[in-house]
Amino acid sequence: MIDERTGEVSAETRARYEAVIGIECHVELKTVSKMFCGCPNAFGSPPNTNVCPVCLALPGALPVPNAKAIEQIVRAGLAFGSTIPEHAKFDRKNYFYPDMPKNYQISQYDMPLTVGGIVRYWLEDGTRGECRLTRIHLEEDTGKSTHASADGRLAGATSSLVDFNRAGVPLMECVGEPDLRSAEEAVAFLESLARTFRELGVSDVKMEEGSLRCDANVSVRLRGAAEYGTKAEIKNMNSFRSARRAIESEIARQIAVLEGGGRVIQETRGWDEAAGVTHSQRSKEEAHDYRYFPDPDLVPLDSPPAAADAVRATLIETPYERYIRYVDGFGIASKQATQLVDDAALSQWFDRVAAASGQPLAAMHFVLGDLSRLANETGIAISGGKVTPEALAELVELTQNNAINSSAAKKVLEVLWIEGGSAKAIVEREGLAQVSDRAAVAALVAEVLDANPKVVADYRAGKTNVLGFLTGAVMKASRGKANPALTQELLREKLEQK
Amino acid sequence: MLVMASDRIDIRHVARLARLALSDAEIATFAPQLANLLSFVDELTELDTANVAATAQVVPSRNVERADALRPETLLSHDAALANAPQTQGGYFRVPRILAEDI
Repeated sequence: MIDERTGEVSAETRARYEAVIGIECHVELKTVSKMFCGCPNAFGSPPNTNVCPVCLALPGALPVPNAKAIEQIVRAGLAFGSTIPEHAKFDRKNYFYPDMPKNYQISQYDMPLTVGGIVRYWLEDGTRGECRLTRIHLEEDTGKSTHASADGRLAGATSSLVDFNRAGVPLMECVGEPDLRSAEEAVAFLESLARTFRELGVSDVKMEEGSLRCDANVSVRLRGAAEYGTKAEIKNMNSFRSARRAIESEIARQIAVLEGGGRVIQETRGWDEAAGVTHSQRSKEEAHDYRYFPDPDLVPLDSPPAAADAVRATLIETPYERYIRYVDGFGIASKQATQLVDDAALSQWFDRVAAASGQPLAAMHFVLGDLSRLANETGIAISGGKVTPEALAELVELTQNNAINSSAAKKVLEVLWIEGGSAKAIVEREGLAQVSDRAAVAALVAEVLDANPKVVADYRAGKTNVLGFLTGAVMKASRGKANPALTQELLREKLEQK
Repeated sequence: MLVMASDRIDIRHVARLARLALSDAEIATFAPQLANLLSFVDELTELDTANVAATAQVVPSRNVERADALRPETLLSHDAALANAPQTQGGYFRVPRILAEDI
């Protein structure tokens, strides 16, 4: 049902539909030079200063592919289990656009560098999923256009301004299969891609600088239907958050169209971040007649299996694999595991503490708790600070063996943060070792009870919540060193004796 | 029997893709010429290629690549880069307004 007043579809109706989503994203590779020439691959230079005859498409200029970019694509594909075909080539994709100097883009059509593969991801609640990749191919970026109206917006602009610094920057296009069923899954897929590319060092994946741009093909169908519905392609999603909102809005729009007796039109729609809706971008039919053909300026690329094997041998644990190791192996909750995985330097540092202490859970609590707090307060990364993984492992062991209590551990950590050194040495120097000696704690308990006859009477009259106050008093008398569990045990024993 | 090449060409579509504004007279001239070109290429299909591997290139070389390094000597000066631009503004190439629906 559609609410006549708001035009919104009820949750019940919504639940009868299933969304089918496929993501395509473009990621700028992190190289020193551009894809087909020796100009800098740099963001933020003055306009039209990183250009040469090749990337400006001056007559007679010839492209030569960047070996590093090719290796990075192969590396990215292998991380997702893609096949590396033995033969690949570059094709020309022909269309006219002011930010494309050659009037064609060098891309890959039917023989890409990688084919297939699977992207594994997890949702915020820890649910896991996977989405097949169709391919990852290599192409070149276009220039960047801005609009020349007084306020920089398109409306009212009489002309557009083009900067070709970005033209020819190596770009990988990742095409996913339509395996995703919600906006949440689509974002989780994108996050998994981004984490992996960052970890592999093939891209900085900065959405705000445009180094990751994504489009989503979205359709809806009644649950249980075998056929896909008609899809719309959503463009102009500039952050993970806007991708999520755009896809959710488009799903709702399509359901409302179908429920209203209409049909979804296959078209390109642009996301309007401010209005929170997608708008049709009636593009002309022939805009999609790209007339691909092999680029005669570029010779084919052969990749013998041994070459792919050599790259495969250098692959390290992917962020997804690390997440699984933390959750399934260490018993860390999904949220905390994600926090660790999202900071590669921190998670490597954490792995050393976990290995040295053999107590990954306790180590995680220190790393994400007090240590992260100190890092935030001082603006120094944990992995770049004075606390060594070995020192923290020592501290973990001291707390696990009850050699010190948690408030002492906090103090030790604060000293370690400023001075570095060994946790054991600090415990000794500062006299923070936990007092677990029965007689010693019993003496302190007796002292506190003698000094607080009224509180003792309250307890015996049934006000047992004063136990906290008394425990605190004993801890204070011990200068924070008494074993809190033993203190409570002895307090109860004494209070209930008489 | 080959399909007549002229039946396969939508000359107006091809012209539109190439951003060419052809008059009716020009269409009458160029359509048969393009058809003749295709018929000429069609002759190649008469060759027996059963034992010839498919290729996208006629030169024998493979994997011509360059190391990922800067070549500052090839950079154009800002003035040289913009020298042939019909219009510039603030260091940019200035072009006719890009329409909203084209983005």
